[in-house]
Amino acid sequence: MRDTLTWRNVGPLENIPVRGARRLCLQSAGRPVAIFRTAGDEVFALIDECPHRRGPLSEGIVSGTIVTCPLHDWAIELCDGQAVGPDEGAARTLPVRIIAGQIFIGLPTVGGGPA
Amino acid sequence: MGQPSRPLEDLVVVGNGMAGMRTIEELLKLGGGRRYRIHVFGAEPHVNYNRILLSSVLAGDKSLADIVINPRAWYEENGITLITGDPVSRIDRQARTITSASGRVVSYHRLLIATGSRPLAPPIPGLELPGVSAFRDIADVDKMLAAAREHRRAVVIGGGLLGLEAAWGLKQRGMSVALVHLMPNLMERQLDEAAGQLLQRDLDRRGIAFFTNGQTEEILGRERVEGVLLADGREIPADLVVLAIGIRPNIDLARQAGLEVNRGIVVMDDLRTSDPGIFAVGECVEHRGQVFGLVAPLWDQAKVCAAQLTGDERALFSTRALSTSLKITGIDVFSAGALTAADAGDDEITLRDDSRGRYKKIVLRDGKLVGAVLYGDVSDGPWYLQLMQAQSDVSGLRDRLVFGRAFAEAGTGKPPGIDIAALAEDAQICGCNGIAKSTIVAAIKAKGLTTLDEVRAHTKASASCGQCTGLVQALLAHEVGVGAEVPAAALCGCTRAGHDEIRQAIRARGLKTMAEVRAAFAWSKPDGCHKCRPALNYYLLCAWPEDYADDPQSRFVNERVHANIQKDGTYSVVPRMWGGLTNPAELRAIADVAERFHVPTVKVTGGQRLDLLGVRKEDLPAVWGDLNKAGLVSGHAYAKGLRTVKTCVGSEWCRFGTQDSTGLGVKLEKMCWGAWTPHKVKLAVSGCPRNCAEATIKDLGIVCVEAGYDIVVGGNGGMDVRVSDPLVRVAGEAAVLEYTGAFLQLYREEGRYLERTAPWIARVGIDYVKRRLVEDADGRRALHARFLHAQTFVQSDPWAARAAGSAAQAFAPLPALAEA
Repeated sequence: MRDTLTWRNVGPLENIPVRGARRLCLQSAGRPVAIFRTAGDEVFALIDECPHRRGPLSEGIVSGTIVTCPLHDWAIELCDGQAVGPDEGAARTLPVRIIAGQIFIGLPTVGGGPA
Repeated sequence: MGQPSRPLEDLVVVGNGMAGMRTIEELLKLGGGRRYRIHVFGAEPHVNYNRILLSSVLAGDKSLADIVINPRAWYEENGITLITGDPVSRIDRQARTITSASGRVVSYHRLLIATGSRPLAPPIPGLELPGVSAFRDIADVDKMLAAAREHRRAVVIGGGLLGLEAAWGLKQRGMSVALVHLMPNLMERQLDEAAGQLLQRDLDRRGIAFFTNGQTEEILGRERVEGVLLADGREIPADLVVLAIGIRPNIDLARQAGLEVNRGIVVMDDLRTSDPGIFAVGECVEHRGQVFGLVAPLWDQAKVCAAQLTGDERALFSTRALSTSLKITGIDVFSAGALTAADAGDDEITLRDDSRGRYKKIVLRDGKLVGAVLYGDVSDGPWYLQLMQAQSDVSGLRDRLVFGRAFAEAGTGKPPGIDIAALAEDAQICGCNGIAKSTIVAAIKAKGLTTLDEVRAHTKASASCGQCTGLVQALLAHEVGVGAEVPAAALCGCTRAGHDEIRQAIRARGLKTMAEVRAAFAWSKPDGCHKCRPALNYYLLCAWPEDYADDPQSRFVNERVHANIQKDGTYSVVPRMWGGLTNPAELRAIADVAERFHVPTVKVTGGQRLDLLGVRKEDLPAVWGDLNKAGLVSGHAYAKGLRTVKTCVGSEWCRFGTQDSTGLGVKLEKMCWGAWTPHKVKLAVSGCPRNCAEATIKDLGIVCVEAGYDIVVGGNGGMDVRVSDPLVRVAGEAAVLEYTGAFLQLYREEGRYLERTAPWIARVGIDYVKRRLVEDADGRRALHARFLHAQTFVQSDPWAARAAGSAAQAFAPLPALAEA
């Protein structure tokens, strides 16, 4: 009964630019979420706020599995949300699944929700 | 003794001037406010003000309020008793008291004399006539301003710093001004003969009449001053005569008190007078035979004196090499140290360009720089002064030194002469990020940093504007030793290849995609990084305008979404206003957009257009659509590309305009808009040499003259102001357009990504640019043609395309479809 996630379909992979990202309409606990797509079609979901000054990471340049924040050039590792040294901090990551070419994102269910 | 013992000692300051009050400021910083009860006596009825700026008040550049240093509230807040308009008239060293002119008696434990100096007056008849003034304090300036309002003719006696500034100020106030100087050369103590003559020539052109070798015999007049009579019989009519022949330390009070005086009040290195309880600072003192007229040593004295007053006996004053500059708008003079070789062992090196009014002389002694005189271009003055003060060995730079810092340091790989060890621990190295030397050193030591990039990453020092890169490198080398990596000019961390090498290969080897470039140079990361991707994207776009498909994912967000991202993630929108022109329909459309989309801020930009700030990303296409309907298109305010063409109204309206600067600006903007360049590019066209469009600090500027158009290049406002270099004068608008296109194309092809025209020209030299554009007419036409060809691929409004639905996904957030 550990599953407290709600999986939401946010559309086909093609909607996300290669080496790019898009912010979602939906939020996670009131904070913006973005989906990132790398050159190798890996997909990641992160809270769309840089740990530095909350810059929109979805507007950054994606190279490999790193996104660079557009405001002050912090580099964030997409796999775990950690800032690349020497900067310290992390953006929260969210679980993602690709099912039949559709992207699903796992959002924590508010208040525990139906198990 | 009946009296209760006081917790505080009394410090009496005689003189409410700059040196005295700076000493008190320093004393308060050291906690001296807890030890001393401070009493300040000033002869003038004012609070403490910046005497140096009196000439700016006279010239109308500043008001009296602007030059106040410490208002009365400062004295009150710091518990200082201030008595103005009541000079100290007597010191009783036995009783340790002072008596003021009005009869106040105050006892002291420590006394600080800062009585400054008084103007020298020549021993000639007529000094007492109304209309004769010194130029020393606020009362003098008031007198001069009153005369300027009612009278027409002024004579200034004295061609030193102060006299010249007085003459210029009065000229600015509309008087006709003659200047009488005893010596053959102006400012002979600060300038050598050549620089003095250039100065005289320039001021002569500005309408000041000079009487050099002029010995004043008498000031003429009956009721009021009427003129000045020179020894050779010449008579100069005058309604105002200003005496500015020099200053003399004000030592009467000290002499009367029996202190040792010579030319000034004699002080030792600890700034004590012959009475150890009495200190003296400022223009009234004589230290090791030297008296002082410039401000820098006074600040040093203030520091030392304050430290001594708080009991630090190690603080000692010594004089450093000093520099002088003249506060006359548009006249740049710098002087430090020796003016000429003292003997055969000294070397003088001079560089002289009469037609451009530039002159440089440096004096070398034993491999060290001991003097510099600069006229016209003084930008290297601080550097020379630094080399002098650090007594750096410059023999290795001898051949290049006179050409200035940029040239002298080119190729050496390191800045010479900066004495890192001598820099104070709290010296600020990186002004943008406020990083001190100690912070950088601590990071280098604690984290074992060995490269510039690491230091930048950990401390942010030199990571903003990069001006301090040399200093940071020097610090690193100093801390790490010779093992420190000298960073090659690699494009980024993915490769060891430099910008020029890669560009050359792109053309020579026909590399047409980023992947090909990365393969050719064995990139360490398959995708590159956020530094190399935008650079390569630009280089490929520039090399192959017909073939290369722009990669939006390799562009910084602003260029990808055609708006400027703000700190809160919203955007700003700046429509183009051709040459700064607009009309009611455009303004109405902007107003409507601002209301419809609830734009919180509308601002006029420095480039003569309007900025709508705080637009939400998803609204951008609709905002652009509305603006497009009124004919407004993208202003590319977000681009490494052509930004604005600033203009003045020119001959169409202005009574001074010589050409149609506005019309020319529009033509230039129509030709150049949409171009991508290594960094942003700003143009301006001024209709006459008054240069209201500030064309001389633009990447390319046009200054119209009766005879045609002066084209200047490589100017820059911003944090490192650089005045442009003259490129050429041409006769017609067609030539202006051709030169502009050719210049931009040369910059596009040879400037490095993120290098603006100013550092680019500083790197390659204006002579190189002239060779390519002025001397090689065929080359120029070819460059211009390549520019126009490239323009055919980019001149379509990116806003219109997006308003019509192109790249819509880039603006709308992604909706969720369903729950699983």
